[in-house]
Amino acid sequence: MRGTETYNKPNQKAGFSIEPADDVLRVNAWGHWSLSEVGELDTAFSAYVEDKPYHAVEYDLSRIEKLDTAGAYILARAIRCDTGKCFQWTLKGCDQGQRVLIEAAEKAALGRPPRPVRAWYDMFSRVGESVMRFYAEAYDTLVFFGRFMSVLVRLLLRPHKIRWKSVTAMTEDIGLNALPIVMLLCFFIGAVIAYMGANLLAVIGFQIYMVELVGFAMLRELAGLITAILLAGRSDSAFTAQIGAMKMRQEIDAMQVIGVDPYEALVVPRALACLISAPILTFFAMMSGVFGGMIVAWLGPTDISPILFLTRLQDTVGMSHFWVGMIKAPFFAIIIAVIGCRQGLAVTGSVDSLGNRTTSSVVQAIFTVITIDAAFAMLFLEMGL
Amino acid sequence: MSEHSPLKALPRRENTDFDAIIEARDILTQFGPNIIHEDLNLSVKKGEIIGLVGGSGTGKSVLLNTILGLKQPEGGAVYIHGKDRSQMKADDRDSLNNQLGVLFQGGALFSSLNVRENIMVPMREHTDLPLPLMRELADMKVNMVGLPPNAATLKPSDLSGGMRKRAGLARSLALDPDILFLDEPTAGLDPVGASAFDELILNLHAAMGLTVIMITHDLDSLFRICDRVAVLVDKKIGINDSLDKVLAYDHPWVKEYFGGPRSRAALNAGEQ
Repeated sequence: MRGTETYNKPNQKAGFSIEPADDVLRVNAWGHWSLSEVGELDTAFSAYVEDKPYHAVEYDLSRIEKLDTAGAYILARAIRCDTGKCFQWTLKGCDQGQRVLIEAAEKAALGRPPRPVRAWYDMFSRVGESVMRFYAEAYDTLVFFGRFMSVLVRLLLRPHKIRWKSVTAMTEDIGLNALPIVMLLCFFIGAVIAYMGANLLAVIGFQIYMVELVGFAMLRELAGLITAILLAGRSDSAFTAQIGAMKMRQEIDAMQVIGVDPYEALVVPRALACLISAPILTFFAMMSGVFGGMIVAWLGPTDISPILFLTRLQDTVGMSHFWVGMIKAPFFAIIIAVIGCRQGLAVTGSVDSLGNRTTSSVVQAIFTVITIDAAFAMLFLEMGL
Repeated sequence: MSEHSPLKALPRRENTDFDAIIEARDILTQFGPNIIHEDLNLSVKKGEIIGLVGGSGTGKSVLLNTILGLKQPEGGAVYIHGKDRSQMKADDRDSLNNQLGVLFQGGALFSSLNVRENIMVPMREHTDLPLPLMRELADMKVNMVGLPPNAATLKPSDLSGGMRKRAGLARSLALDPDILFLDEPTAGLDPVGASAFDELILNLHAAMGLTVIMITHDLDSLFRICDRVAVLVDKKIGINDSLDKVLAYDHPWVKEYFGGPRSRAALNAGEQ
């Protein structure tokens, strides 16, 4: 039989002694067994108790000054060790509250975390999951689109049921408030294209062709694309966040119970506002892009006067390119509104899902816009426009 | 649900120590021209359970926020352990905050963390315990508040309202506070769950010697567990005394509150 072993914390605030005797472990603890002290006590106590043979524990807590759940938990380690060798325990010198704490600590059932097991085939299963998720998302978006179109057609046949007030308010936010940033961005892009083009074309001596370059690029492609991408970043994310927050607070459920169709009240006004805003924004984006190119052409090394620039633009670029650019705007608008609203309605209860949905909303919107733009480019090429 | 809780029912802890652990003196709270509290005095003694009642919009939660230091009062001061809260140094205030546990109305669990991680947040911030021990202590708290062990790995969004309150209580107990604030702990619970929650608080109070300040509209809770009841009327604490005295207090709102049919039913139930 071994003798008494004693441990004191370096700061002397708490300690214990352990005395194994005839299958019984006598634990005598003193001082502050509280959360702020237990860090070192835990390791020490576990190590002291570990290799002792015993089937019962006797606690003497008469010199304990403070015991809280953490302290009780450490003390109870002696009786709730994994091997299950201890079946009895007694307490001395403690009050009723401390007894309850020790009892609670003894019964503390640990729900161990399910350890994430990684396997070599994880990569394949993740790739598979993403492919399936991609299809599921695409399918759900198409279902949503179909339902949205049927509601839209139904409402367009009865225009008095459209919530014009919210359409107007949203148009202000989506269209008017976005105008400065869209125009500024396109001005710079037009200027950059003109500048780069002028430098390149100077090599072969055809600097005057920078007018066509700016005209084609801005009118056909860039103005619409930049507008759509800005709308995706600015408004599409806002749609998802607004509708998602409403979903989290059960506002959507309340609407449905009251008999308000969320498609009518939330989705259609946003889509209409986008439909109104996108072509106007695209038009101003084109003007500002061409203006940017014109300024560079005039003030830059090429020295093309605005009169010459505009005349040449009229002669060589022509209206068809303008319309090719404009015709895409409503399609982009619908894509952005539908994806933003669908992702918002797909939010579930947690804050995480709101974040994830907002991210995928913007990513999907930009992805779809660029894909559709590429499809249009091919279509118009085949048509010879 | 109380049978899940390992805390055995205990006789009530008698209050022998009558030091005021929290004292709010001459509190003035106003939002713009709206005066919410004026010359409000409240003292809470160590080891008691005090219930705070008052009509809707009388500023019970605002008073709670003032005591917690989440809101600075426009006048007056809050003394905790005899020290003025606003005059404390940052370090003292930190260590004081560690002695306070709060259960907010909706539980206020962090929704991106699971229950165990939620309970570990205060421990991670304020102690240097080894991580496995924190995890075990968190699981013990989960068990103490009567949640099943597998609840520890669930996210708050997967929990029912009652479970969320229990998880919130477990988090508020993470650092073994001396003082526990409960904002409508039994609101939204079914009667069985509510009375189980009452028992849970009584047992924790007995086991850990907590001082509990609870805002409640639940008359059953008031009758069952509160040592004293503070009534917030006319912008101040009208009376802060044992339930018998509060019942006898002569104020129209108090008469109406405790004289209504619900109150009489709860009173009868409490006497039986």
